[in-house]
Amino acid sequence: MTKIKSLDELRKRKEQLEHRMEIRDKSDHPESLVQIKVAMATCGIASGARTVMNALVEKIKKEKVPAIVTQTGCMGYCYAEPTVEVKKPGQDPIVFSYVDVKKAEEIIDKYILNNELLDGILPANYQTI
Amino acid sequence: MYKMQLLVCGGTGCRASASAKIVEKLNESLKAHGLDEDAQVVTTGCFGFCEKGPIVKVIPDNTFYTEVQPEDAEEIVAEHILKGRKVGRLLYENPETQEHVSDSKHMGFYQKQMRIALKNCGVIDPENIDEYIARDGYSALAQVISDLTPQQAIDLLKQSGLRGRGGAGFPTGLKWEITSKFTSDQKYVVCNADEGDPGAFMDRSILEGDPNAVIEAMAICGYCIGANKGLIYIRAEYPLAIRRLRIAIQQARDYGLLGDNILGTDFSFDMELRYGAGAFVCGEETALIASMEGNRGEPRVKPPFPAEDGYLHKPTVVNNVETFANVPVIFLKGPEWFSSIGTEKSKGTKVFALAGKINNVGLIEVPMGITLREIIYEIGGGIKNGKKFKAVQTGGPSGGCLTEKHLDTPIDFDSLVAAGSMMGSGGMIVMDEDDCMVSIAKFYLEFIVEESCGKCTPCRVGNKRMLEILEKICKGKGSMEDLDHLRNFANVIKDTALCGLGQTSPNPVLSTLDNFYDEYLAHVKDKKCYAKKCKDLATYTIIPEVCTGCTVCAKNCPVEAITGERRQPHFINQDKCIRCGVCYTKCKFNAILVQ
Ligand SMILES: Cc1cc2nc3c(=O)[nH]c(=O)nc-3n(C[C@H](O)[C@H](O)[C@H](O)COP(=O)(O)O)c2cc1C
Ligand code: SF4
Ligand code: SF4
Ligand code: SF4
Ligand code: FES
Repeated sequence: MTKIKSLDELRKRKEQLEHRMEIRDKSDHPESLVQIKVAMATCGIASGARTVMNALVEKIKKEKVPAIVTQTGCMGYCYAEPTVEVKKPGQDPIVFSYVDVKKAEEIIDKYILNNELLDGILPANYQTI
Repeated sequence: MYKMQLLVCGGTGCRASASAKIVEKLNESLKAHGLDEDAQVVTTGCFGFCEKGPIVKVIPDNTFYTEVQPEDAEEIVAEHILKGRKVGRLLYENPETQEHVSDSKHMGFYQKQMRIALKNCGVIDPENIDEYIARDGYSALAQVISDLTPQQAIDLLKQSGLRGRGGAGFPTGLKWEITSKFTSDQKYVVCNADEGDPGAFMDRSILEGDPNAVIEAMAICGYCIGANKGLIYIRAEYPLAIRRLRIAIQQARDYGLLGDNILGTDFSFDMELRYGAGAFVCGEETALIASMEGNRGEPRVKPPFPAEDGYLHKPTVVNNVETFANVPVIFLKGPEWFSSIGTEKSKGTKVFALAGKINNVGLIEVPMGITLREIIYEIGGGIKNGKKFKAVQTGGPSGGCLTEKHLDTPIDFDSLVAAGSMMGSGGMIVMDEDDCMVSIAKFYLEFIVEESCGKCTPCRVGNKRMLEILEKICKGKGSMEDLDHLRNFANVIKDTALCGLGQTSPNPVLSTLDNFYDEYLAHVKDKKCYAKKCKDLATYTIIPEVCTGCTVCAKNCPVEAITGERRQPHFINQDKCIRCGVCYTKCKFNAILVQ
């Protein structure tokens, strides 16, 4: 291990290490973040939900979007998988259907960051635990 | 890249029940499902919910799994991590509604808590200093030694209003200032990790869950008072805390955060551990110092205080573990932030070990000024089995009981003293209608008699006499005069004992006399213990209508006090009965009545 020799070096080290704690820091105050849920039941996984989730996580990290991505079980929209639910703080959740990597990026760029609505919104008609 | 993390509690409570094995199994399952790039397993310190351990928390969705067994690992991975379906049967169950709670943000246990001293416990891996640094660790030390003079740093700490968490609540900044004013070739920073109060385990949890916070704070203290050496006095019964401290100290040295010329400044600081044998009196600061010097762990008269004449007669700051754990974050967030929390004279939070007849037992951290009602009914989830609340004991052997009438009193250092109790180290034991307050007082006095060092007469002899009186009362042989004697003894011991142990030892007796005089009267006059705890005061009778005449009780009675024909109601001869209670536990038909 190399020694840390100044306040600046400590700050740099902290920046390099921050990502380790990112999920934990964010999960501390989920209500103040955009919560994105990817349906990951068998139907969702079969239709590429994992790739979509990876894309979302990647982009959120890269662009420092104040959001957390979690997975849920089947949302009951198997015909429209992969589906992604987005809940902004203080707003009702919105569900997007047939999400692929491109659409996932649009959700972040347009809906989350700029409040524009996209096609493919499903009526939210279910309860999650 | 990790999308999820599985935080597995590696505190003493959960490790005892196989948390290391759970980590292993989780890792195996993740690999088997090809998810080891998606989810990471991290071993953390205590979540405070040890009673329901081992705990596994999945983030970012904050799913809180309780009583997890190694066999459950595969299901957690296959269902939750792979398919996003929470494993219902492992979720925490609300004791009132019996419903599963999906995440820790919705658990009453956590909603009213505010975590400052415990902020990293259950969050970071305590054996990895990088995780501490990633959460701003050592930034406070760096700022203090690079940008502030010792006096400036002390002033900030004084402004924060932090008071010692080891029991007496002495202002920490002032203690540091006094010590800084003495000139000496050598000074010491001592961390008191003796934690002798039965039922308290917050210091252990902090050291196990976030050892670096204490190390960083001790270094800051060293800079402020002009000491370059720290000592942690820890009881040898805390092997896991000792191990984590050793690892943390070594990692801090490797990074140059302990040692010579820390972060390129002139400030040097290092520390070592000293082991205690677990005597309660060795938690008293002068006894602790004597014990570290290799002498008998006996207190001495103060003044002089350790600030002037401490370890090896050098100026020494002695602070409690939890006190130190508050220090770094005060420098990071500022004294105004800290002093905005709590009451006028008690700032910040306090960690309590909540125990007894309550639904959620565990380690909690709450802002000063919270009420007992909030702690018991919201965080604690109410009294077990729907019983009636009777009292809360705080402050352990030095404290007293709070009752119904104190439920809405804001709790802080001063309000507890005003109510005849004290903060102590933060034990909080909830009692219900089935607890006998005379027996409770007796329990603490037994502890005191056992732990008194014997140096001064009032404590050594006086407490023994008090205990004898309480034993008499519990046997139904007490008189009204005995109650007066108790009070007299208590007052004399309070005034004349040499150290805090003796001075506070009558508190459990005095406060139960004050708040539950009726119960003493019932024991003395009616010879009754209505809580049915004092065996000698119970009478055992058989309800003839219920008794089936199975003869089990008669066979088990050690003194042959029970007679009766097979298949006929049995009878207890009260003159022979020694009230051992065996018949009551053996009867399968609930035919024995205890009164
Ligand atoms: C009998 C007795 C036992 C004590 N035990 C402890 C203990 O286990 N831990 C502790 O921090 N302080 C204990 N104290 C208080 C210490 O003497 C001292 O006041 C404290 O460590 C100072 O730290 P603080 O200002 O941070 O609270 C005890 C005091 C007495 C009289
Ligand atoms: S009060 Fe008790 S523990 Fe303290 S010095 Fe006297 S005998 Fe020892
Ligand atoms: S054990 Fe119970 S039922 Fe059996 S004889 Fe004794 S009192 Fe009666
Ligand atoms: S309490 Fe003990 S001594 Fe008395 S009758 Fe029952 S078994 Fe016998
Ligand atoms: S030791 Fe695991 S929750 Fe306390």
